[in-house]
Amino acid sequence: MTTDPAFSVSSASATSSGSSGSLGPALIVSHMDVTYRVRGQDRLALRDVSFSIDRGESYGLVGESGSGKSTAALALVRYLPRNGRVSAGTISINGQDTLSMGKSALRDLRARTVSMVYQEPGRALNPSMRVGRQIAEVFEIGGASSEEAAQSAEDMLRKVQISDPGRVMRRYPHELSGGMAQRAVIAMALAASPSLLILDEPTTALDATVEAEVLDLVVALRQEFDTSVLFISHNLAVIAKMCDRVGVLYAGELVEEGPARQVFDDPRHPYTVGLLRCIPRRGQRKDRDRLDTIPGFLPAPGHTMTGCVFAPRCALAQDRCRESHPPFFDVGDLRTSRCFFHDSAPDLPRATPASVAALAGNGTGGPLVVVEGLSKTFPGGVQALADVDLSVRRGETLGLVGESGSGKTTLARVLLGLTAPDRGSVVTLHGAPLSPDARRRPREILRALQIVFQNPDSALNRRHTVRSLISRPLTRLGGLSGTALRERLEELITSVRLEDRHLPLRPGQLSGGLKQRVAIARAFGARPDVVVCDEPTSALDVSVQAAILNLLADLQHKERATYLFISHDLGLVRYLSDRIVVLYLGRVMEVGPAEAVFAGPHHPYTEALFSAVPSLGGQRPDRIRLQGEIPSAANPPGGCVFHTRCPRKLSTGICESTEPPLFEEEPGHLIRCHIPIAELRILQRNESAPSQGGSP
Amino acid sequence: MTDITAEPGSSAPLGALGPDAQVAVAVASRATPTRWRLLLRRPTFLVGAGILLFWVVCAIFGHLIAPFNPLAQQLLSANTAPSGAHWFGTDPLGRDVLSRVIVGARDILIITPLATVLGTVLGTALGLAMGYFGGTFDLVVGRIVEAVLALPFVIIAFLFVVAVGSSTVMVIIVIGFVFTPLIARTVRAAVLAERHLDYLSSARLLGENPARIMFAEILPNIMPAILVEFTVRLGYAVFAVATLSFLGFGPPPPTPDWGSDIAADYSGLLAGYWWQTLFPALAIASLVTAVNLITDSVEQVLSS
Repeated sequence: MTTDPAFSVSSASATSSGSSGSLGPALIVSHMDVTYRVRGQDRLALRDVSFSIDRGESYGLVGESGSGKSTAALALVRYLPRNGRVSAGTISINGQDTLSMGKSALRDLRARTVSMVYQEPGRALNPSMRVGRQIAEVFEIGGASSEEAAQSAEDMLRKVQISDPGRVMRRYPHELSGGMAQRAVIAMALAASPSLLILDEPTTALDATVEAEVLDLVVALRQEFDTSVLFISHNLAVIAKMCDRVGVLYAGELVEEGPARQVFDDPRHPYTVGLLRCIPRRGQRKDRDRLDTIPGFLPAPGHTMTGCVFAPRCALAQDRCRESHPPFFDVGDLRTSRCFFHDSAPDLPRATPASVAALAGNGTGGPLVVVEGLSKTFPGGVQALADVDLSVRRGETLGLVGESGSGKTTLARVLLGLTAPDRGSVVTLHGAPLSPDARRRPREILRALQIVFQNPDSALNRRHTVRSLISRPLTRLGGLSGTALRERLEELITSVRLEDRHLPLRPGQLSGGLKQRVAIARAFGARPDVVVCDEPTSALDVSVQAAILNLLADLQHKERATYLFISHDLGLVRYLSDRIVVLYLGRVMEVGPAEAVFAGPHHPYTEALFSAVPSLGGQRPDRIRLQGEIPSAANPPGGCVFHTRCPRKLSTGICESTEPPLFEEEPGHLIRCHIPIAELRILQRNESAPSQGGSP
Repeated sequence: MTDITAEPGSSAPLGALGPDAQVAVAVASRATPTRWRLLLRRPTFLVGAGILLFWVVCAIFGHLIAPFNPLAQQLLSANTAPSGAHWFGTDPLGRDVLSRVIVGARDILIITPLATVLGTVLGTALGLAMGYFGGTFDLVVGRIVEAVLALPFVIIAFLFVVAVGSSTVMVIIVIGFVFTPLIARTVRAAVLAERHLDYLSSARLLGENPARIMFAEILPNIMPAILVEFTVRLGYAVFAVATLSFLGFGPPPPTPDWGSDIAADYSGLLAGYWWQTLFPALAIASLVTAVNLITDSVEQVLSS
């Protein structure tokens, strides 16, 4: 990540933020407490939060769910729900105290000075108004005539890189894709030339390639409009890419603050240290390296803790940490850490052993599941899968990657018998063809294929107890009863690290991570041969995700299971997978051993996917960017389906006219591209020399 | 800065439990008992439940409470206006209206819940099947349901009476059958909201049969919707029972009953004998209101 010199100068002056004149910081929050009143009791959601954002500076707030980051954003513009209030401290925007503002001053502040962009663009736009009208309205409030406003709205849409603004202006929000809608929202937010722009998880709901475009757009616009930005995200890599300075929130407290690069490279609070260790880094593999986890749980909302909020989960905690509340310590480089032992924070002992004992004798075998000529056309002509051939080998993890709409989940559902494929598709298990409908599959086949769904809230019946949820597969598919059932149940809950006290509870009484453990125990109950993991951690926080990934790796070894691992997170896929399949518009674009696919040369689509993902390490070479949106699967482009977005399209016209075959370029590494692999290697090495392509 | 650690005393034991246990404890105590407590905290619920309880007591112990024998005719004091002796006045046969209103609660309070339970059970089964199986079954049954809904209630009742004859059991069956499609529609909608959830896919992957999926997997999750629908229908059932007995399909004449008493005496309105009609009508109205107050509270507590 490059830091603009102008910003590093301004961030240096941020610490001496005393004056509240028009040249002072855009935002100063000092000693802010936010309280929610729940059932007649006050619960502190944020305590003693202080930070400031300089003019033109981009400040990031990171934290896991429940840390209070969205509450902070709402409190700044006094949008807290009725039961919430800022119970202590001050907030000043452009030198104006927002807490003492009257209704009209507040409305003026929200209209002219501060703009917000939220996670769901669909909810920020009025569904009954045309997009152009909504943006124009902002200019009209600013005093423009309706013609001027319409013209300005069109200019604004052009600035957010919408290529045909006139057409988009006449659209209703539901006619726009997620990325388009988010651009329109950003256009609206910038229309008032705000001095502070608050972005609350603005790209979390978007695909990686679209996210990359929107983030680039924010970077460009920030420079053009010279706006201060408060960027809120749970994604550390996004924050590292987007922000000059960062504040780490934990359980309602800011625990560490400083320039983004330093905080992420050399964290000085045990929580930041732990959080960073939870994320799989390049080069880490499930069979060699164990992800670290943060033991324990976030304190309950409204907790009253005497000492450090992180002490119950901290391996460095001493009596002192539990008895007195640590103040902010200056740790140099304009950085502060709320930890008594900030010097030893980087040496935080691991919660899990760093290396895994060699997982010997678990090598991959012959094909277990084979799919040939698999197509699935939904009513309305939407072709979710087109002529897919692939095999899952015994004992391996096959990673399935692709943007939303690429057909990943449909493929999983077809394997499981939840969605019937088109006629002529062949799916075999152990060489025997499978019925397309799970209801017609014999018990033995049902046992062999199980799934861990993305969202445990949806996958677990919320009215059943943990005991009955885990026992049911054992009795139904495992045929167990009595003592055998009890013993297997015990064994299972030990393997997924649940405890006996969880058994009588219902899913609603468990945290997200515990719920996913129940779902995993269910999937593994009857000792399946193949487990489909459909984005098993995407609904979970980073610290919980690491524990679940470790668990999946352990179980695979112990139960000798084969995984089909679906994820949009390439870091996770790389960490867990032995082989990788890249899907685009229901077609396999590339298959190969994980390291070969990651190291390249790869299909241009794979290349674009990889370069779209922000990394914690910063420093990215010039990336290739995909143009436009994923075409409709009901009407896919002719020739190579990727040619409409391909940055490496050949000028000969062959890409538009002929679909390339899936060609085995290297042993076991297949690519569906007209460009020969030697040429891809040269193209990709040239542009991604420093860190991306070469090193494994 | 305010003092954050306001309650050091209370923080110590919670901290000792460990954060995980705290979450579990906090959530466990939020289960069913608190829903009751929330309900009992609502004044509307208390008023509704109070009125309902009053009528239940009347239905059970009516003969003991009533100041007069509701069947005793005193032709000499016929059509007397409300007075100290007869608070609600007397009817054309000189029977005490107050006593008849008190004792008359019995039939309506027996028939109403039974009919509603019948309709809810049948409607739930039908709605579960429509929502779960979908497709042709849903289409065909859906059209039949709409056809039944298009007919006025009274006409269906007449058809039944002609076919089966008039009795208490008949009234229960008629109302139960008329409510079935209405409740089925609500249950079907609730099932559709559950259908996309993965726990149903998960059940299919365990090879569960449709009956188990409908009754053990889906049903517990849509119970709140069914409960609300039940209380709503209870209110309508009070009206339906009163209407049927007004039309002569209630208990035979000497038995006190709000609907049939209104039917017997409403011609007296022209002669100025308003009390003979007003008090049974008020009784019906109070019962409907009570049920609706309870419905509102139940709905709000379950949806919060």
